[in-house]
Amino acid sequence: MDILRKISEALQNGNNEKVTMLTKKAVEENISPKEILDKGLIEGMNIIGDKYKNHIIFLPDVLLAAKAMYGGIALLKPMFIEGNMPSAGKVVIGTVQGDLHDIGKNLVGIMLKGAGFEVIDLGNNVPPEKFVRTVKKENASIVGMSTLLTTTMPVMRDVVNLIKKENLEDSIKIIVGGAPVSAEFAREIGADAYSYDSANAVETVKALIAEKDEGKEYKVKSGE
Amino acid sequence: MREIIDISTQDIKPNRAAVLETQGVPPNKELPERILSIFDTAMELLLKFSHPRAILADISIPEFDALYKGEGLNEKETPLGTIFRKADNLALFAVTIGEQVSQKINELFNINEFAKGSMLDAVASVGIDKTGDIMEKHFLDLLRKEEKLTPSTGILRYSPGYCGWHISGQKKLFEFLHPEDIGITLLESYLMKPLKSISGIIVAGNREIHIFKDTFPFCKQCKTHSCRGRIRSMLKKSLKRE
Repeated sequence: MDILRKISEALQNGNNEKVTMLTKKAVEENISPKEILDKGLIEGMNIIGDKYKNHIIFLPDVLLAAKAMYGGIALLKPMFIEGNMPSAGKVVIGTVQGDLHDIGKNLVGIMLKGAGFEVIDLGNNVPPEKFVRTVKKENASIVGMSTLLTTTMPVMRDVVNLIKKENLEDSIKIIVGGAPVSAEFAREIGADAYSYDSANAVETVKALIAEKDEGKEYKVKSGE
Repeated sequence: MREIIDISTQDIKPNRAAVLETQGVPPNKELPERILSIFDTAMELLLKFSHPRAILADISIPEFDALYKGEGLNEKETPLGTIFRKADNLALFAVTIGEQVSQKINELFNINEFAKGSMLDAVASVGIDKTGDIMEKHFLDLLRKEEKLTPSTGILRYSPGYCGWHISGQKKLFEFLHPEDIGITLLESYLMKPLKSISGIIVAGNREIHIFKDTFPFCKQCKTHSCRGRIRSMLKKSLKRE
């Protein structure tokens, strides 16, 4: 449909006002909110994600597109039953206890939302128990942890151990990232995946969920 | 010598290319007006909300030797472990641009102004690095006044958390320098608050002492190898003075 293509294009141009206006128009034309979401907004963000991964566009372009997407989502959300948006999966993210850096984690959250995931962002300085409590309460599929400090990397291991202690390792996949973190470290602490940037995090989360659904074991890959 | 220095916000204005590089933009890339406008806004916000302050104190080689041992967690062999012993003069420093910038970054993310928030974070990170350069220059000027400079003097700073100096080294550094006097506190995880702060040691000595190869075991984990550029820049500045 032409209007969905226009929504996707406006989103790719980071035109917040136009995305909002076109989303309203699409609703008035009785296009289902799910279709607007999938074929307009998420489609646009997927193209943005690919262009970013291939260095055709840069972070500010992605973030402008994300803002435009959030504008569209805000319009659509009340139209789903009890405001429950369709979701590609539920992901709990946070910066681990002892660390207050959260820009990288925020970018991951923004990109995951853009790809259609439901993201529960616990913020920074998150204790291990809070990660596990939230994952259980929200019945999330993925937990993502970030840190920028070598001194707080062991907290990631604490979260992994707590998840195992609660016998949740089969139902929850764990992804880690942040400047000092590596694929080797992820393997060492028993995390399921490592991601080196926000675009890669989206791909990795998609792969984790797909392999989880197929009952396969995801192998931690080396990052860049 | 121990002094607290107020730095002009104008002096920490970062170079546009350096900021955009942190956003993944290659040098000389032509950008659309909307991106440039985000950069300009971020720069205005930095100038409005940053309050750069620094503290500097000289320290002797034996004093720094004790301080550098820290909590005993440094790598066995480190570049700085060799370099500081050959120094002519040492000074501990800490700088911050204050808490308000970090608050503004959070505010921007909370209202979905992600591009502006991320750009302000980048501008502030490059800005705080510039305050480090200013401290190096300030120390150099002090040494010049005291006639302690030689034609071959090279100046470079090193920080806990880098090049094998364990981040727990912050504890002893704070005990000696007291950056609390300019509003920087140290958390249990050795993270400084405000986040946009840096600390470390400025080493002045023959420029040759700063040259090392990035072949230490921990260099394999380093994602930037920024020491290469820093050494090149130090040599360039030193040779220019000569």
